Amino acid sequence: MEKHSVGGGDSPALPGVPNRNNQPRALANSGSTQASVETLDSPTGSHVEWCKQLIAATISSQISSVTPDTASRDFKALRDGTKQVQMDEVPLVPGETIKAVAKDVMYICPFTGLVTGTLTSTNYKLYFISLERDTPFILDVNLGAISRLETISVQSHGENTQGMEIVCKDMRSPRFAYKKEDASQPEIVEVLTKHTFPLSNGLPLFAFLYKEKFLVDGWKVYDPISEYKRQGLPNESWAISKMNSSYEVCDTYPALLVIPTSIKDDDLKRVVAFRARHRIPVLSWIHPESQATIVRSSQPLVGPSDRRCKEDERYLQTIMDANAQSHKLTIFDARQSSVADNNKAKDGGYESESFYPNVELNFLEIPNIHVMRESLRKLKEVVYPSTDEAHWHSAVDQTHWLEYIRVLLAGAVRIADKLESGKTSVVVHCSDGWDRTAQLTSLAMLMLDSHYRTLRGFQVLLEKEWISFGHKFAARVGHGDENHANSERSPLFIQFIDCVWQMTRQFPAAFEFNELFLITILDHLYSCLFGTFLYNSEQERVVNEVQTKTVSLWSYINSQPEDFTNPFYVDYEHHVLYPLASVRHLELWTGYYVRWNPRMRPQMPVHQNLKELLFLKAELQRKVEELQREASSSHGSLSSSSEHTSSPSHSGGTPLHTTV
Amino acid sequence: MRMFDGRVLLKQVILLFWPLISTWVQGAEKIDSCQLQVLEMLSSLGSAGGKSAKPSFVSYVTPEEIKSEKEPSRKEKHPDLLPGEVVFCSASTVLKYTQDDLSQRGVFGVLLCTNFRVSFVSDEEPTEEMGQLFKNKLYGENDIPLSCVDNIYGGSEDKRKLITGGLVKNKYPSKMIIHCKDLRVFQFSLSFSKEEDAKKIFQGIVHHCLEPKSLRCLFAFSYCENTSYPEAQRKKQTVMFDSVEDWTQDMKRTKGNCRVVSENSNFELSPKLPQYFIVPKNVSDEDLTKYQGKGLPMWCWSHHSGCALFKTASIPLVQEDNVPQTYMEKMLTAVAHNHLYSVKTEDLSDTLPTVQDILLSYNKFKQFFLIDNTTEFWMSDMKWFSSLDNCGWLDIIRQCLQKAVEVVESLEKENTNVLIMEEGGSDLCCVVSSLVQLMLDPYYRTLLGFQSLVQKEWVAGGHAFLDRSNHLHLKDKVESQSPVFLLFLECVWQLQQQHGPAFQFSETYLTVLSDSVHVPVFTTFLFNNDGHRDSLLRAESPHTQRSPLNCPTVWDWSVQFDCKAQDLFTNPLYTEKPKQDTSVRKSYRPRHLRQLSLPSSAFKTPPKKGFFKDEADNLKKILGVKRLSRWMLSPSSDSPQTSSSVREFYEAWQTKPLDYHGLLLPCLDGPSIRVWMQRYLRWIHDVQILGGGPVAMLSKVSEILGEVQELQRQLDRHGCTLTSNHKGARPRAKTAAAVIAARSSVRLSSSFPFVTSRNWAFKPAIPTSLLQSLMVTGMPGNLADREDDGGPESLV
Repeated sequence: MEKHSVGGGDSPALPGVPNRNNQPRALANSGSTQASVETLDSPTGSHVEWCKQLIAATISSQISSVTPDTASRDFKALRDGTKQVQMDEVPLVPGETIKAVAKDVMYICPFTGLVTGTLTSTNYKLYFISLERDTPFILDVNLGAISRLETISVQSHGENTQGMEIVCKDMRSPRFAYKKEDASQPEIVEVLTKHTFPLSNGLPLFAFLYKEKFLVDGWKVYDPISEYKRQGLPNESWAISKMNSSYEVCDTYPALLVIPTSIKDDDLKRVVAFRARHRIPVLSWIHPESQATIVRSSQPLVGPSDRRCKEDERYLQTIMDANAQSHKLTIFDARQSSVADNNKAKDGGYESESFYPNVELNFLEIPNIHVMRESLRKLKEVVYPSTDEAHWHSAVDQTHWLEYIRVLLAGAVRIADKLESGKTSVVVHCSDGWDRTAQLTSLAMLMLDSHYRTLRGFQVLLEKEWISFGHKFAARVGHGDENHANSERSPLFIQFIDCVWQMTRQFPAAFEFNELFLITILDHLYSCLFGTFLYNSEQERVVNEVQTKTVSLWSYINSQPEDFTNPFYVDYEHHVLYPLASVRHLELWTGYYVRWNPRMRPQMPVHQNLKELLFLKAELQRKVEELQREASSSHGSLSSSSEHTSSPSHSGGTPLHTTV
Repeated sequence: MRMFDGRVLLKQVILLFWPLISTWVQGAEKIDSCQLQVLEMLSSLGSAGGKSAKPSFVSYVTPEEIKSEKEPSRKEKHPDLLPGEVVFCSASTVLKYTQDDLSQRGVFGVLLCTNFRVSFVSDEEPTEEMGQLFKNKLYGENDIPLSCVDNIYGGSEDKRKLITGGLVKNKYPSKMIIHCKDLRVFQFSLSFSKEEDAKKIFQGIVHHCLEPKSLRCLFAFSYCENTSYPEAQRKKQTVMFDSVEDWTQDMKRTKGNCRVVSENSNFELSPKLPQYFIVPKNVSDEDLTKYQGKGLPMWCWSHHSGCALFKTASIPLVQEDNVPQTYMEKMLTAVAHNHLYSVKTEDLSDTLPTVQDILLSYNKFKQFFLIDNTTEFWMSDMKWFSSLDNCGWLDIIRQCLQKAVEVVESLEKENTNVLIMEEGGSDLCCVVSSLVQLMLDPYYRTLLGFQSLVQKEWVAGGHAFLDRSNHLHLKDKVESQSPVFLLFLECVWQLQQQHGPAFQFSETYLTVLSDSVHVPVFTTFLFNNDGHRDSLLRAESPHTQRSPLNCPTVWDWSVQFDCKAQDLFTNPLYTEKPKQDTSVRKSYRPRHLRQLSLPSSAFKTPPKKGFFKDEADNLKKILGVKRLSRWMLSPSSDSPQTSSSVREFYEAWQTKPLDYHGLLLPCLDGPSIRVWMQRYLRWIHDVQILGGGPVAMLSKVSEILGEVQELQRQLDRHGCTLTSNHKGARPRAKTAAAVIAARSSVRLSSSFPFVTSRNWAFKPAIPTSLLQSLMVTGMPGNLADREDDGGPESLV
């Protein structure tokens, strides 16, 4: 039996954590040992090592990933506890337990046909492994990613056979067929349903059971005070207010808010009353030079009778005055103007240019959350299971997904341009100011501020604009909730990440993070493994003690940042990046939406060569340094130096892309 | 009769006096508002036009441009003429519109027509700075080689009409729009020139660009007579396949076992046959000339297993006539004898689109990129994806690639000889055979290898470049026009996109090559076949009959670009072939890399068929003629069998580790076939990503390469060589690397290196409005809204 010479030893020996070295095999899919023993400094070895990083997330392991020898070493502990021979191959994360096992289950693979194997349900994932042991076929699905479970008719597979379709939020719908006669086992569907929708069944979300320890504490990534300080706040015009520290003023806003210094408490109260859900205009970002600001809020409660609020009008005037460069203020209402009009009837509305002096109002004409949900639903039909060759573009076109991406990007570009070239402060709102508003402000900030384009900075951006400002993740994603038809659900965050991906495509060197990072974020948006995206608001997170009882996604990311960094990164400091909001430059994100199709997988990631180059550079650098050190003496030890070359990017850790 | 009315004249008056007005205005401090007033005056005059009423109101000509006329350098300007270039006619005070925006601004200058190009020379002093980097030595950014002109439109205020030549008598339009084959669009206004000049230049351009002419009129001939290209420089290392040695060499390289025919070296056999070619051993001498070379299997490439790829022009089979049938069978047997008595035939005429289909599709496709104005652009942006599918261009690319994969499968997996055929044998046969070789043979993925491949399959292979491009605008050749070679480059680009590091040449190289087809200087693209070339070059030679006219080939890149620019032709991320190093550890097996990339089953040697085995058996098999193609209906209505077999082949290959020096297969799924952005979008100002695009990566790579080089230099100084067995990253940083690295990638755009953003205004391109947003939801576009929203601050 052969073991890996590198890497195996330094990963934390936690039971159930698949060794990262298993994954190269997944890619090579080599039944033969030859390919997998390639040592890391041989070309194939290192490419495989890097492959894994990009693809681990792209594919859950639809192809073999666990080799028996490493698996048995890792899962020894587990085996003691259970006599199930096959179970020892189910990799578990700390805190995860097996809830049900069904044998002789057939996975109806849309790409390769039927696969027979064992289906295991834990409280975190569904895990299928084929009977064939040499090159096992593995499929796993985080329960959090499941939208609904449906029974389907599979009569063609024999009597007594039941079919199950697992409709997922991440664009796939695996189907299984299994015998139902075995009464000794609990019905797997029941168990699965119970753990897939814990909240509907009185169970805690898995994030509260997850016991992994990371070296880095991701909850420390975002500290509002230091982020505002980085922006140069507070200053003479803007103050960091603690008025919402107990979430009494606005229960969906964070505890700390940046508001104009000169505003009086009484006036503020009236503004609070005049804005939907009390989401008053607060500062999101300030331009370091012009002092122009991005301010976000909800819609004003104008109503059908065009109500006015002097204090609100003055408040916006103050925001305008805080920026000496411009005597104007631009309001971007993200909605379609017709919709905004309709909102008046529902006591909402928009600022009238005649009541607010020097204010210019623009509608960005972005459709609402229901339109977006429908669009993604259509997109799923286009990409899964198979893609149409000849009519691919029209099919994508008909989903309108990319058009909405374009409208969003165009809106954000206009906001960024208004600040940068117009030096004018902007107020952005939609109806409640937690969906389209978050999309627009965060995209504009990404364009304007290079800090947010770093790995850490992007985390801050998400924590700030999305999480703390109350994007309703729980409602939009529906964590642990079985009500899949809930109209509150909508893929707005995915749409935002897609926009970011489009930007990384257009500016391949401007972002410190890579595609894997974005995919990992989306996978854990659903997985319920980490507490980061749970709940609707900061207040709810405090009540549920998310920070003490769950792990942050950033703990995982930041303990192995090298996996998530873009080798091409160049700091475009102080450069505003305007992505092109033209459909010609937009592209469907196949790396995410079409990743389940095995033929869309890259064999060798694009950046492999650069990684090798970087590695070569590091090696040369080391040699030069070595030489300089031994400048005076003879250079006898040189010949040995190439022996201890190590992998360009390697460290122990847990692969939580999707394989877990 | 000039078609101008009063307002145009008034406009001209104002324009004429602009220097005065503006100096007066400058004194008066309130320059902005005054300018605006004047402009408004202009606009109120000019707004009578139809649909373009709104855009044109801003200004007809911007003050800056008019100011430049203050010191009118009345001296007639000329471009630097090339040797042998003659000016036919010219007109001054022609306005060339800038494409950038709706405001119909422009630059004044002289428009000339020579025997080589249409050229516009700006009155302004050239502010060339970055433009130098990728400057074409033959023609500049405002020059259009005559054969590069695609269509000419004449336009007045709001209409435009396709000019077809011949019809122009005394009239001439006020506006002339030229669409180029390299997708540039030029718009000139002739309204400000002298009537006589305007008429002359318009008619001259139309005449020289659109009227039929003889091949001898092409610029190459007068150019070559006036320049001398030393033979040595011409050849470099590209294998030209114009000698027995070249062919023998290539056959040896691939371990082929066929027969080199040199009997046609003076075109004794037939002027249609290539000068030199290779046929299966069993083809006899008399077989060579039957049917004028039709049906004769021409060797393309031998697989390491011994089987080979052949191509042929099919013989039209007449029902009753049995003679061609027997001949064909004989030829097939000859092919089959090449290796293991097996052969597959593939009639490309049945399964791939015709050259006319290709032309039709491309004509639709190119329209998306020939953009006259921004509004039009953003309108078409909405329908982009559907339009893409509708024109079918990407699907044709996919079909060609798929066909090539099928052939590769036969060669690689089944080790069968393959004979591809079509009528003529030099269009899709060239596409497919070159693609097959690119996929199977890493040599052709190097720069020189690729050039040799084009020489072998296309130039020596007798692709009718002249007819396909119809440089001569012959009426009877209109039908035969078709961008087949471009289609091939498109396919190569797709492969290159999917497997970047496997190719030594860059995307820029392919784009430049596709442009060069329309530069009538290189012998490579001027003729229909070897015989044609030979007879013409001989006839034109000023010297004795012994030496034909010596013209450059396109591979003489120095004719077009200097060394620095040429460095952009190489791919910095190219993985060079690993040097075999015996000291490398055992597990490393470079020797069999190619085999490794295959499903192991493919290498089970087929049961050895001995020489003495009953041949009747095999012959039966041969005469039954297995057909590769089972797509008898329509290629797009997938017969599931074929595509699933190709699919399986692809999947089996895909699960093996990728070897850039082994077999490469393209992914053919919908999302994988893309639009060649660099080629098609490079001139459209609105879609240039400032600070982005692939060049951003390129510059980073160049930077690292530079660093690696520097480190290696340091090591060399210490007298130590690197003992790394590291594969790909053998640094070969060139000056280009430095060139790009020196300019921060922030300053480059996605159109690099073709367009340099001289007027660097860091303003985002924002869709001209709301209109699009409204269309998103299918609501009726309320045009009134457009004004408020038309891009922020467009007047500030």
